Amino acid sequence: MKSELLRFDDWTRPVEAVEREVVSLTEEADKDLPPLLFVPGLGHGAWAFAEHWLPQATARGFAAHALTPRPGGDLRAHVHDVVQVAASLPRQAVLVGQGAGALVVAYAMGRYPVRAAVLAAPVLDGRTTLWAALRTNPGGTIPALFGGRLRLSRKQLFGPEMPDERARELLGRVTAERPRRELIKHDPAPRPVGDPPVLVVGSPDDRVVPRASLDRTATRYGGAPLLFPGMGHDLMLDVAWAEPIEAILDWLTKELTQA
Amino acid sequence: MPDTPDIADRRDAVCVIGAGASGLAAIKNLREHGFEVDCYERETSVGGAWNWRHDRSPVYAGTHLISSRPLTEFPDFPMPDTWPDYPDHKRVLSYLERYARHFRLEDDVWFGTEVVSVVPVGDGRWDVTTQSTGGGSERVQRYAGVVVANGHNWSPARPEIPGDFRGQVIHSAQYKDPAQLRNRKVLVIGGGNTGCDIAVEAAQQASAVWHSTRRGYWYAPKYLMGRPADQVNDRTLQFRLPLRLRQWLYRRVVALTTGDLTRYGLPKPDHQPYESHPIVNSQLPYYLGHGKIVPVPDVTGFDDASVVLADGRRVEPDLVITATGYRPRFEFLAPELLDSAEDGRPDLHLHAFARKHPTLAVVGLVQADFGLFPLAHWQSVAVARWLRLRASDPVRAAAVQQKESTRPLASWSRRRVVPTARHWFEVDHVDYLRAVEGLLREMEPAK
Repeated sequence: MKSELLRFDDWTRPVEAVEREVVSLTEEADKDLPPLLFVPGLGHGAWAFAEHWLPQATARGFAAHALTPRPGGDLRAHVHDVVQVAASLPRQAVLVGQGAGALVVAYAMGRYPVRAAVLAAPVLDGRTTLWAALRTNPGGTIPALFGGRLRLSRKQLFGPEMPDERARELLGRVTAERPRRELIKHDPAPRPVGDPPVLVVGSPDDRVVPRASLDRTATRYGGAPLLFPGMGHDLMLDVAWAEPIEAILDWLTKELTQA
Repeated sequence: MPDTPDIADRRDAVCVIGAGASGLAAIKNLREHGFEVDCYERETSVGGAWNWRHDRSPVYAGTHLISSRPLTEFPDFPMPDTWPDYPDHKRVLSYLERYARHFRLEDDVWFGTEVVSVVPVGDGRWDVTTQSTGGGSERVQRYAGVVVANGHNWSPARPEIPGDFRGQVIHSAQYKDPAQLRNRKVLVIGGGNTGCDIAVEAAQQASAVWHSTRRGYWYAPKYLMGRPADQVNDRTLQFRLPLRLRQWLYRRVVALTTGDLTRYGLPKPDHQPYESHPIVNSQLPYYLGHGKIVPVPDVTGFDDASVVLADGRRVEPDLVITATGYRPRFEFLAPELLDSAEDGRPDLHLHAFARKHPTLAVVGLVQADFGLFPLAHWQSVAVARWLRLRASDPVRAAAVQQKESTRPLASWSRRRVVPTARHWFEVDHVDYLRAVEGLLREMEPAK
């Protein structure tokens, strides 16, 4: 078992500091509510949350921030960036990760005691995700297996109700990246420090993260997934984006008042 | 046991003494384990030793970290990665203040309140008497546990030097500002990191500087190959090189970087590397080489305007600064509670757990080749987990206690050290953290 206490990697070769892109909406935030930090997945940046979820969270009184993963960074660097931004916020933060961003959040929870966390369409079962991607989008996926770029398809990211034009526009903003092996093959995520409440949300129609994988992840964190049928992998951009974020904020409000 | 009516029973709550780095970590980690916490802090703000406004703070204008940032930050609340390798005391204080605000720790702190006494009342519970700092009426509250985090760098250890001295003698605790040194003849006593840092500041300000050390030390540079030296050193630990090999490497590295200091009149070290607290100072050899610092041996006495040295020489400073360290003090605790010896040295399991009182612990009472905050963090996690286990599963707790009592002292405490009070709490951070991790695993909550 890897030591939680002996962090030689961090002690002997700390992650290089980089300029981080963080989009923040903090006006009219209620000071008693924890800040939210959204972490996007592969090919997405802070913009993916700035579209709908960030303003929606602010409307409910939460200070909301979204971080663009550093280009070319490995999992360790991405986790480092999330923890750095979270620790820079005035209060204990709630992390919301989507897709591969949820994997980053799952790891960050081992390094920072989150107030709460939300794993949206989490890519935590690498192999399952890979098979699903190969079935749905072989042309975009196979090159990535050989060091090429991963091209995500409309079928993977959005449900059938997404208008063509809008889908094209959004897909145009998704960058094709070279995914690292560790997206598929990694140690199990660490036990979250501070035993925070964790919510798993997803869609049974997500072509990236199969239903069984959602269930497994939710079980690991001691719950059942909250499901939004008909939606694609990009819960924050798909046509029905309002439903998951409202449900997340409702859950969060309930968790916060219980404490 | 009959309850006196004026004792407020705080039931399962835990009392933390001190809101410095160690106390703050204790509050946070106890809370994460579900405890209610009351923390008493004699000052009116957090930060303990690192808060230069506190009258017990040893911080002076030029204070900075000796261990580099990644080895000094709390493991679950990193310092900004844009900060320099060795932040100064103002940054460290702002870091502690942000830590406290981030986790709302101040909600549980009673500022301007000092602890007068802590008395066991049986069944593992404690009566804690507090009063407003410096006086006022006393108040007694009963707690399920007490975590002492009052620091160990505030009660100066002053050397007893026979004779009378016409000049000024201060302890390094009273040294705050380089202006105190300007154009004066200064003798700095003490070869620890503080003594060396003050000698260097004096070399830049004073008209003459003598630096008195009792023995030779291994003066390590702050940087090796462009990296903070402690980060390079930890590589040798990561690969689990045996101590002898590491000592050889250390000697080689010091020979190649700092070089031989006996040329300037410093004595040869009388011990191996890793047998004394590491001295990290790149500037000292520089000023020795420029003749700005004159090394002298131990001081044996004062005689009017002069200071008599062990080799019979005499020097005539205007100002003597004794950088001779601090001693731990626990005035509010009867010495036997911490199994303290006559000289004041407590005997605690892992330097943290009172051996005969399972609900009494001390956090932050360690000295390592490492930052203190991470060690205090993991200590307080262990204390919180222990108190939780003891309350929820006494049978398992007893088994853990039994097992811990067989943990060999040599596995976590550095035994081969120069035998001075300076090294009472000296640990090797890797060995120590391994031992704490072993304890944490034994107490892992059932899945």
